[in-house]
Amino acid sequence: MNTFSDSLATAFALITSGDPDLWTVVVRSLSVSATACAIACGVGLLLGSRLATSRFAGRGALLTLLNTSLAIPSVVVGLVVYLLLSRSGPLGFLGWLFSFQAMVVAQSLLVLPLVTALTRQVVEDAENSHGEQLRSLGAGNGLRALLLAWDERYALLTVLLTAFGRAVSEVGAVMIVGGNIEGFTRVMTTAIALETSKGDLPLALGLGLVLLAVVLVLNALVSLLRRWGERAEGGAPFMVAA
Amino acid sequence: MRGMPGAAGLSLAPDSPGPAGAVCLALQRAEVRLGITGQIHALRGVDLTIGVGERVALVGSNGCGKSTLLRVLHGLVPLSAGTRQPPNDMRVAMLFQRPYLLRLSVLNNIVLGLWLQGVPWRDTAQRAREALQRVGMADLAQRNARALSGGQVQRLALARAWALRPAVWLLDEPTASLDPHAKHEVEALIADFCAQTDAQIPTTLVFASHNLGQVKRLASRVIYLEQGRLLADLPVHQFFNPAWLQAVCPSACLFLQGESL
Repeated sequence: MNTFSDSLATAFALITSGDPDLWTVVVRSLSVSATACAIACGVGLLLGSRLATSRFAGRGALLTLLNTSLAIPSVVVGLVVYLLLSRSGPLGFLGWLFSFQAMVVAQSLLVLPLVTALTRQVVEDAENSHGEQLRSLGAGNGLRALLLAWDERYALLTVLLTAFGRAVSEVGAVMIVGGNIEGFTRVMTTAIALETSKGDLPLALGLGLVLLAVVLVLNALVSLLRRWGERAEGGAPFMVAA
Repeated sequence: MRGMPGAAGLSLAPDSPGPAGAVCLALQRAEVRLGITGQIHALRGVDLTIGVGERVALVGSNGCGKSTLLRVLHGLVPLSAGTRQPPNDMRVAMLFQRPYLLRLSVLNNIVLGLWLQGVPWRDTAQRAREALQRVGMADLAQRNARALSGGQVQRLALARAWALRPAVWLLDEPTASLDPHAKHEVEALIADFCAQTDAQIPTTLVFASHNLGQVKRLASRVIYLEQGRLLADLPVHQFFNPAWLQAVCPSACLFLQGESL
């Protein structure tokens, strides 16, 4: 317990003193995950909502594949991106391996299935309840996808939050494609793994605390945004108009 | 053929319902099977012709196929067999029991409906305001549609439909789940919209209802459905004549007795 409490006290000191090593890693980590989430959400929201309102041969098989991809371990995603970006790989000419871009690509691919699958589920539930009425107004598949996604924006905020949580907390993919190079590709999770193995528990714990705090702040922000939206609209967001 | 089992020998010629003039909507031997394996037989061999300007009520117990029939007439549910003749060059508006309004302002819900139907964007706001004025909701234009009461929601849905100036109204239990005051308001609006005589096309109304008073007030023709079959198709005064109904369709008579309790 002494080690833990000592480490915790040192961790707080590192955080509050604005330790440059710690904060550089934090900023890089947030930048990588935010960029990856922006890309994955841009694609995943469109793809998921379009899937929700479309019916085509092989859709069931595609959904099974999509849902299965939710369980892909991050190290496997890292491995695939490594093979793609390595010098002998098809995207080797980009020279992105062990760089910020490589980590963004890996995290984007990691959270894309998550965003797509959850968006598909949220929008499809709305489509099952209300799609017929939008069709009666003349909305085709594409427009229905956009309208329903917009209408379910508060539920989709939670999807974005989940995606960011998954991206910022994963360690396998960024370790493989980023290489955990100090001052260059070291992010919070890889730094925690390394510092723990080196025995520098205060820094590892400090990073862990920051990671938790980031997720906590994001959760609070999303909660506030939802509540603000409800208040601005003058009703509960999921109240069924009866 | 207008399904009338047991009607043999009874002449309905003088009051026989159906279109005297142009046909608005028609179904021939319409079959609808729902569910993954088509296990739910929602409509069975329905033959129906609705003329321009007719006021038709669909009645029957829950699950008899009223809503499915309305959706088939609109084209929202495809037929498993049989044929459907859609309305020619006529706007069709459908009102649902629980209208879906987007998380937008009252005004923008109507604007969106107009835009989806191809009304030029520059005309949408003006027409939406007119529609709101028409249903007495002009002062609620900027309120979020999700913050409306049940009666206001139904009136907004009516305004959204009316803004399109439809020639055919399909209403699925439009006043179910409303309190008596809201029910009266919505029914008055429906009657008002349908009474408006367009110079070219009179308004056609097809509605499903459990409210027999409403059927008497709004309809000129009643269609009785049971387990997806069209069992009676009568002028409204004959449908509400127990002796007549008992003779032509005993099960409809039983249904009426049950509904009147």
